[in-house]
Order: sequence, then structure tokens, then C-alpha cells
Amino acid sequence: MAASSDRNPPPFPAAEDPEPGLTEPADGDSDEGEDIFVSKTNPVSVSRGVSQPDRGGEDPPDLFGEEEAGSTTAKSNGVHSDDDNDLFAEAQVELSTDKPGGSAQKELSASSTSTQSPAAMQPTSLEQLEEEEAKDSFDVDVAVTNPEKVGDGMNAYVAYKVSTRTSLTMFRSKTFSVRRRFSDFLGLYEKLSVKQSLHGCIIPLPPEKSVVGMTKVKVGMDDPSSVEFVERRRAALERYLQRVVCHPSLLQDPDVREFLERDDLPRAVNTQALSGAGFLKMINKASDAVNKMTIKMNESDTWFEDKFQEVEAEEQQLRKLHAVVDSLVNHRKELCGNTAVFAKSMAMLGNSEDNTALSRALSQLAEVEDKMEQLHQEQAASDFFIFAELLSDYIRLLGAVRGCFDQRMRAWQRWQEAQSTLQKKREAEAKLLWANKPEKLQQAKEEITEWESRVTQYERDFDRIGMTVRKEVLRFEKEKAKDFKSQIMKYLEAMLQSQQRLIKFWEAFLPEAKAIA
Amino acid sequence: MTSIDESNKDKLRSVSVDLNNDASLLIDIPDALCERDKVKFTVHTKTTLSSFQKPEFSVPRQHEDFIWLHDTLVETEDYAGLIIPPAPPKPDFEGPREKMHKLGEGEATMTKEEYTKMKQELEAEYLAVFKKTVQVHEVFLQRLSSHPILSKDRNFQIFLEYDQDLSVRRKNAKEMFGGFFKNMVKSADEVLISGIKEVDDFFEQEKTFLLDYYSKIKDSTAKAEKMTRSHKNIADDYIHISATLNSLSADDSTGNKKNLEKLSDLFEKLRKVEGRVASDQELKLTELLRYYMRDIQAAKDLLYRRARALADYENSNKALDKARLKSKDIPQAEEHQQHCLKKFDKLSESGKKELTSFKGRRVVAFRKNLIEMAELEIKHAKNNVTLLQGCIELLKTN
Repeated sequence: MAASSDRNPPPFPAAEDPEPGLTEPADGDSDEGEDIFVSKTNPVSVSRGVSQPDRGGEDPPDLFGEEEAGSTTAKSNGVHSDDDNDLFAEAQVELSTDKPGGSAQKELSASSTSTQSPAAMQPTSLEQLEEEEAKDSFDVDVAVTNPEKVGDGMNAYVAYKVSTRTSLTMFRSKTFSVRRRFSDFLGLYEKLSVKQSLHGCIIPLPPEKSVVGMTKVKVGMDDPSSVEFVERRRAALERYLQRVVCHPSLLQDPDVREFLERDDLPRAVNTQALSGAGFLKMINKASDAVNKMTIKMNESDTWFEDKFQEVEAEEQQLRKLHAVVDSLVNHRKELCGNTAVFAKSMAMLGNSEDNTALSRALSQLAEVEDKMEQLHQEQAASDFFIFAELLSDYIRLLGAVRGCFDQRMRAWQRWQEAQSTLQKKREAEAKLLWANKPEKLQQAKEEITEWESRVTQYERDFDRIGMTVRKEVLRFEKEKAKDFKSQIMKYLEAMLQSQQRLIKFWEAFLPEAKAIA
Repeated sequence: MTSIDESNKDKLRSVSVDLNNDASLLIDIPDALCERDKVKFTVHTKTTLSSFQKPEFSVPRQHEDFIWLHDTLVETEDYAGLIIPPAPPKPDFEGPREKMHKLGEGEATMTKEEYTKMKQELEAEYLAVFKKTVQVHEVFLQRLSSHPILSKDRNFQIFLEYDQDLSVRRKNAKEMFGGFFKNMVKSADEVLISGIKEVDDFFEQEKTFLLDYYSKIKDSTAKAEKMTRSHKNIADDYIHISATLNSLSADDSTGNKKNLEKLSDLFEKLRKVEGRVASDQELKLTELLRYYMRDIQAAKDLLYRRARALADYENSNKALDKARLKSKDIPQAEEHQQHCLKKFDKLSESGKKELTSFKGRRVVAFRKNLIEMAELEIKHAKNNVTLLQGCIELLKTN
């Protein structure tokens, strides 16, 4: 495999020694198959463009601040390298981080998936990982803010400020920001999702396009529904980026870095395809191919099948839940409206009332109800922005998870097809031998050798992708649990505060009611 | 057979205050039976008055009997100067019935637990409507029994005592028509009121006040109802959320399971609180407004009757002048004029008393209900706070 060494980016200043247990798979050679789980504690030095597991393991110590990641992604960042060279060490340590809260402290913990890796290569790295688990901080913080309308009329668009704060030395500075538009985010997703090297990875999804929403915004950003639309989109874009930078492999990707850092990003052109339906299509393309498979895969391990069904079932339930939460949001908004209207009516009644004390009490009641309306309004926003959006994010992410499983099936398919091609070549060779055509024989032998190596490679690919999927799923589940927990807490705390304010309002009203005489 | 026990009744008796205190005539509706659309109330009377045959007795009555009683009182000339307590509205189970129907249709889409909970909610709603209608019929009778003049009414006595079916005495078609006619005349009276020159400041003020207040309170009642309905919808949503979270958690094998379980539990508890918020708001606020809307209508009716008496008096004056001019039938005209004057004066005097005491009653009732509503809102919110804090703690320690 290619000269990996050249491709390595300049070593980091405080590079640590690679773990003893690391072999130096110098190049992406076939051993890599076995080396897959060598933990390269050097995510950063992933080379551009080549699936190079070899990093000699320079650990950029400041990769995640003091803590480190032990992440070993040797995944190739980057480029659409060709298949042959695609064996990179997929060993990644799952970094779990807090998601959408945008918290600066992201926790990093090695996921237990490392236990799946062949123990042989790993022992030291595993230990190291577990040590690392204790130290926690993941030092990349991104935020999406300041939506601003640029231009006018139908060509107008909204530009967002994407700010990054990091102590990772792979970036040019510690804090920086750029302006990006929605299609840039879609473009990033597209680049990431087609990289072979990232197959099996659960790539976070950006929010969906919305013609209706955007048209309103193009016309004017001031009315409440446009404001809500832009805010919803901004928050979703932020969560998307946070998930991307939390993913150890993706963070290494040059496209991601470019997205965060580069002042002038070339316009993404293919985003027309990436409408809401487009995402689904991309994911379903894989499953279509799988469905057309005639040979049933013989799973030695039921884990994949079981997990896939679990994921499907969960997606269904989340959809159902999302529908109900949607209904809740609507009812809460109705309550808002009805309360406001009632408050006005009560104020009028208070004015009409001829008993002074009662009149004052009724006016006070009208004011309390006005405050209640405000509370209901905030609660509806919380219902939507925290609860409903959490659910819709995960519905789509589960779709992406399903997509990974399908990618694995395709890898299997490719391997099977290569095997049958090899078989045919061998048969052809045999025929040639029999027919005694020495000239053609040589070519046949060459072809056989080529296909033999392909078969081996595809088999490795398949194994690798399987392991990636397993790791990714476990990492994903862990993060999901964390995410849910933190969002639910946020939701409940907002509700709690709201109820506490409600108590204050009514306690203030009570003496007024008692004063009626 | 649905019974209301005593303790619940006290809670229900919200809108009118301090009735049924006079031991000489105590009335209540201890139970009621609901058959399809018809509600049969058991009216129970305990009395020390000799005008009744027995000291204690019960009779079955239907809603229509109450309406008959109300209408006969309204049509009694002698009571023209009194505010006749408003007739109880017809029992209306349409709301819960429709919801029950929709629930049946949607049964397939929910889990068994969810369905059971929804059904329970609906049954509670049904029961609440039922209790309300009993209460409103009861209050009507108690207003009568605590009124010095109306409690002595002969028809009232018959209503309480007569142990046969009252249907023969109820409205027949002719009387119905009479009722329509009465209503038609009333709206003419509304025009009349604005036209008549009011001689008495008190009544002038009352008229202005009541007309305005009525339209405002009618509006508030409708808006309060909508607000309550939204609360109920939210409580229902919480049921579905809790059930779906439950299913999710049951199938979850990851670390998320506990989070979902706890949240599901919380929503189940929250929905009970939300349901109570809705029903308490309904009782203390919506029902209060609704009751006084009807009561104000009754007060307005009194004003109409007085205005009619005034018009009659003025007409009799004109007739007397005419008679004097023609020197014909003067004594009759004089007598008629005197009669009208007396009637008008009597109405004015009694009307003033009634309207003043009505004011007091209204203020007291509002005070009581607003205090109770505020206290209940606080209680329920504190409950919510406890539940939320508990769940947050549980999640933190997970």
C-alpha cells in the first residue's frame, strides 16, 4: 500500500509515544485486517487521503485538552480513496460527549466496544483507554448563532455564524468563526456520507430542507412563524455540528475541519438532491439493494439481525411519540390563545363590575391569566424545542443507523460476488488448461491472482465494516442515553421553573381575592 | 345508579352560598339515576312545617318537572317583583358521549393500557357532568326553599310532595306556545326598556349595569369553557405520551431504558394533576360565571316586568286623561290607574330589595370561588413541583 508515511501530517509537538502494544502497520497492507483494532491513539494525524492506520501513534496530547482520547481512529479521513486501500484501522474509541446542550465539557469515555476487538493486539491500549475514561474533557465546542438574511427576494438566504472554540492543535487557532449557509451544512453531510472510509459510521444528519419555510423567510424574517422557523433551523444545525465534532472519526476529517475553519467555502452544488425526501432516499437506496439480494446472508452472529429489528421498532415508537408530542404542542398553543382571550374578557368584566373590591379582584385575575398565558407560551416552546426536536433528531438518526446496517450487507454482497467471479475465473482457467492454450493461460492466472486478492480484501472490508457498525451502534446508544437524559432534565427543569412561577402568581392573587367584601 | 355521597356534595356546592340552612325546610338530591338521556332525580325533603303532610319524604323528578316549576313561578303575577332563581339547564352528556364514541373508533391504534386510561378519564368526565347537573338542580330547589316568599308557593309544595308523576301538569303544546309568546313579548320589552323614561335612579343604574354585565359575563363564560377544554386536551396528551414512553422503555435494552421509564411514570402522574386543574377550574370559575350569567338574566327579567308595569301605569294614565276628556267611564279608569300604580310600586319596592340582596349574594359567591380556585391552583402546582423534583432527582442519580 502506498507510502503512508509521507502522508502523515507533521507530528504534533508534544507527541507522546505510541503505545507499546501498537504495531506499526507501515502501510495499508493486508495485515491491517488483523490490526484493525490496534488502537492508534492518534486520531489527529490521520493522513489525508489514505487509509493509513499507521500513525505511529503520535498522540496529540492536546487533542482533547488534557484528557485524551485514546481514540484510535485511523480511519482515513478523507478522501474517496479507492477500495483497495481502504483498510484502515477502524478501531475507534467511542468518545461519548454531551450533545446538544452545547456544553463545553464533553465527557469522553472509552466505550466498551473495544472489548470486541481481538484481544491480541489490544491489551495495552484497552487499559490505556480505561484509564482515559477517567479523564474527561473533549475540547471542541461549536455553536451556531446570529442568523442573518443576506440578499433580497428569491435569491436571499440566511447566513449563520459558526463559532468554534478548541484547544486541539489540529486547528489553526483556539477560537474562530466563519459564516455558513444552510446548503454548506448539507454539502458537508454529502461529502461525509459518500466516503467509503466512513462506511459503517453513523453520520449525523443535518436538518431537512423546507421550501415553504424558506420562502417565508425570503419574503421577510419578521413574522413569528419565520422567527420560529429560523430558530428551529439554527438549533438543529447547532446540534448537527455538535454531533459531528463529537464523533471521533469525523472530527479528523479534513472536510469537517475545512467547514469549521475556512473562510471561503466553495458552494455545495448537489444539495438539490438533499431535500427531506432526498435523505430518506439515500438511506433507502442501500436497503433496496439489500432487499434485492437473492442469497440470504448466513449470520454467524445474531447480534446484527436482532439489533436491526430493535432499531426498526424503536424508530416506529419514536414516530408515534413524536406525533403525540406534536399534538401536545398544538394543544398548549391553543391553551395560550384561549387564556389570552379569557384574560381580556375577564378584564372587561372587571371594568363592568360595580362592587369596587370585586372589580379590582377581577382585574387582578385578568392579570394573573395574562401571566399564565406567558407561562403556557414558554412551556409550548419547551415542549417543541426540547422534547419534540429531540425525538425528531433521533428518528432520523435511527434511519442513519439502519443505513449502516445496510452498508454492511452491501459489503457482504460485494464479497460474495467477488467470490463467485473468482470461481468463474478458476473454471475458465481449468477449461483453458484442458483446451491447452498456454497464451491465454497466463492471463487467466493473473486474473485469478487479482480476484483472489480482491476476495480477501472484500472479506476484510466486510469484517471491518461489521466491527465498525457494532462499535458505532454501541457508541450511539451510549450517547443517545446521555442525550436523552440531559434533554429530559432540561425539559423537566424548565417545567419545574414554570410551575414555581405559577405558584407565585396565584399566591400574589390570593390576598386580592380575600379582600373582596 | 349513581350516588353522590355527602362529602362530595359539599365540594360541589360551589356557586351558591349558604343555602339549605333553615331547618324548617331542608331539601337535597341524595341520588340520581341516569337512563340513556333521562336523568331521574330523587328529591328528598325534611321539614318541620305543618303545611306538609309528612316530616320527611322523597319523590322522583325529571328535568322537565323542574322547568315546569320554574315557569309556573315566572308566570305568577304575585312574584313579578322577585328574582326567580334561574331554571337548571338540561343535562347534557353530548360531550363525553361523543368522546367515548371517538375513543371506541380509535381503540385499535392504542395499547390496552392507554385505552383503559382514556376510558377511565372519560368515565370521570361523564361522572363530573352528572354531578354538575345534580348540583345545579339541587341549588335551584334550595334557592326556592330559602326564599321567604317563594318557599311558600303552592306549586313548589306540590313539586316536593306529590308522589305521582307530574307530567299531566307539565307543559302541553298550548302552554308551550304560551311560552314562546312570552319570550317574544320579552324581546319587545328590551326595546321598551330603552325607551321608557326611568324615574328612579336606582333602577336606572341597575338597568345599565345589568345589561352591560350580562353581555360581559356571557362572553367570559364561553372563554373560560374553551380554556378548560384545552387543559383537558393536554391531560389526554399526557396519557398518550406516558403510554408510548412505556412501550419504548419496555423494548429498550440500552442505558436509555431507565430514563424513559421514569419519564413515562412522571407523565402518568402529571396527567392526573392536569386533569384536576381542568376540572377545578371548571367548577370554580366556569360554573361560577355560568351560574351568575343565568342569575343576572333572572334579574333582568325582573327589570323587564317592572318596565312593563311602568308602561302599563303610563298607559292607564293616558286612558284616565282620555276618559276625563270624554267624561266617560271615569271611575273605571281611575280604578285601573290606581291598580297599575299599586302594582308598579309594589314591584319597585320588592325589586329594589331583591336586586340589593342579589348584589351581596353575587359578591360573596365570587369571593368564595375565587379564593378556592386560587388555593387549588397553588395546591396543584405544588403537587407538580414535587413530582418534577422527584423525577429530576431520580434521573440525576441514575
